[in-house]
Amino acid sequence: MTESDHTGLHADRVSRRADGGFVLDGVTVAPRPGETIGLLGPNGSGKSTLLRLLSGVLAPSTGAVTLDGLPLPRFGRRAVARRVATVQQNAHTQTELTIRDVVALGRIPHRRPWSPLSATDARAVAAALERTGLTDRADRFWHTLSGGERQRAQIARALAQEPSELLLDEPTNHLDIQYQLDLLELVTGLPVTTVIALHDLNLAAMYCDRLLVLRDGRAVAEGRPAEVLTPSLIGEVYGVRAEVTSDRGRPVIRFLRRAPEPADASDPSTRPASS
Amino acid sequence: MSGARLALLVCGGLAALTASVAVAVTIGPADITTVDVWRSVSAHLGVGDTALNPLRDGIVWNLRMPRTLLAAVCGAGLALCGAVMQSLLRNPLADPFVLGVSSGASTGAVAVIVLGWGAGVLSLSAGAFVGALLSFGMVILLSHSLGATMDRVVLSGVAAMQLFSALTSFVVLTSADAETTRGVLFWLLGSLSGAGWADVALCSLVLVGVLVVCLAHTTTLDAFAFGEEAAANLGVRVGRARLVLLCATALLTAALVSAAGAIGFVGLVLPHAARALTGSGHARLLPVTALTGAVFLVWVDTVARTALDPQEIPVGVVTSLIGVPAFVAVLYRSRRQT
Repeated sequence: MTESDHTGLHADRVSRRADGGFVLDGVTVAPRPGETIGLLGPNGSGKSTLLRLLSGVLAPSTGAVTLDGLPLPRFGRRAVARRVATVQQNAHTQTELTIRDVVALGRIPHRRPWSPLSATDARAVAAALERTGLTDRADRFWHTLSGGERQRAQIARALAQEPSELLLDEPTNHLDIQYQLDLLELVTGLPVTTVIALHDLNLAAMYCDRLLVLRDGRAVAEGRPAEVLTPSLIGEVYGVRAEVTSDRGRPVIRFLRRAPEPADASDPSTRPASS
Repeated sequence: MSGARLALLVCGGLAALTASVAVAVTIGPADITTVDVWRSVSAHLGVGDTALNPLRDGIVWNLRMPRTLLAAVCGAGLALCGAVMQSLLRNPLADPFVLGVSSGASTGAVAVIVLGWGAGVLSLSAGAFVGALLSFGMVILLSHSLGATMDRVVLSGVAAMQLFSALTSFVVLTSADAETTRGVLFWLLGSLSGAGWADVALCSLVLVGVLVVCLAHTTTLDAFAFGEEAAANLGVRVGRARLVLLCATALLTAALVSAAGAIGFVGLVLPHAARALTGSGHARLLPVTALTGAVFLVWVDTVARTALDPQEIPVGVVTSLIGVPAFVAVLYRSRRQT
């Protein structure tokens, strides 16, 4: 192994047991610096658990998560938080916070007790707001924001942490398609290594450099989107039929109906009566 | 900018508190003026000699002054506990009284008296601390196993409060020696009558200690805004922070309850009022909450002891009369945010 193999956040054959079974079983993920890795798989396949192991809030039962070659627990929580930022699913708060307050939370791992927000902190917050296009809305309150604005604010908070690694758990959930695209454009344009759990295969194909597909806690495929997203893999993992075409080197997935499609859709007599 | 604003708020709060104490001491059946208060206090602090007659001096120095100061310390402490609990448990209704911690402390203090382990402020506080930790532990375990939503935490608190209130009543009513007990009403509703300098000294000491611990954790408390996992992702050692802060609030609650009984709702109401002044950042919120709590309880106790003169209303009755509508208002507001 060369030295460059050790930079960044790696999960090496990590497993996580819960209630007697494996939630995650021997999964390895090793993003190269700057690339975007998409985690795919049905609900309950272990995507969120893998992200929690990578962020260090859960410890693996076996295997190890390393940062620059050193096990994550060797860094303190604060040191990890200065390198690895996470955007969770469904962030909720009871507290009355403005967007600026939320983004400033990202400076916590950089601050010492008793010290107010420094000029460096203020600059990082301003830069994160600028990058996410929230500067003119910075004083709006969290509970008045739309789902897309909330996700954006959480990403700005993560950027204020000035991380080298960014972990996102299904950030496009419940967003209108316009905001889904905006958000992924934003995330993939960032100069950080990104691991992002997604449920939309086409978005994953469009935006990720590499994909890791999980099923029942095991990695079943890994590679560039065009290598991974084949009709047979989609059938095996999701249990659906799909047609895959290619657009500028990226796969485009079209799902097919369960029942064989009518031979001649224009002829009403061949349609099933119930539909 | 924000530092100057905080300094302004704290100075203003301290000035309001000093003025409140000075004026509150003069209010009551015995005709005392602020000049009398000044004379008495300066004489006892060794600056200037008292020209006050011993009776009036006694009223100021031995009765009203410790009582008013204890009201200030209790108000500050309970409000601080409420603010910390609300942030840590992410529950706008959290408060030492609502969560049954005060009731647990009462039971602990009463048990110490009845078992004859001494009735000094220290042993009372130690017993109260054990009781507070027990009830707090019960609430946290119960609400965690139920899913820790806002209403379940509060319902677990109701269960703990009922249990420990019943235990306190039982122990007080069945203990043969009524002389050493302060009565069921004192422990269940709280009262500042009978406050002495020993109470003031111990409670102030614990308040200052716990305040320092909490102020050292202000960014940690900020980090809990989006929950424990979000806090962990911001570099907080969640288990340790929770243990330290919950034990600190239990300790402060215990000290206050052993001196003044279970005064309710101060910790629920005041943090919300203070947030309206400062916003939700804890570096500003905690000191301002403590100061507004102190001023609040000084005046509430003044009303409690003079409104129906010569009859005295337990201070907890008055705080509940104010607190319950506020509880409903907070509940109503939280409905639209979830």
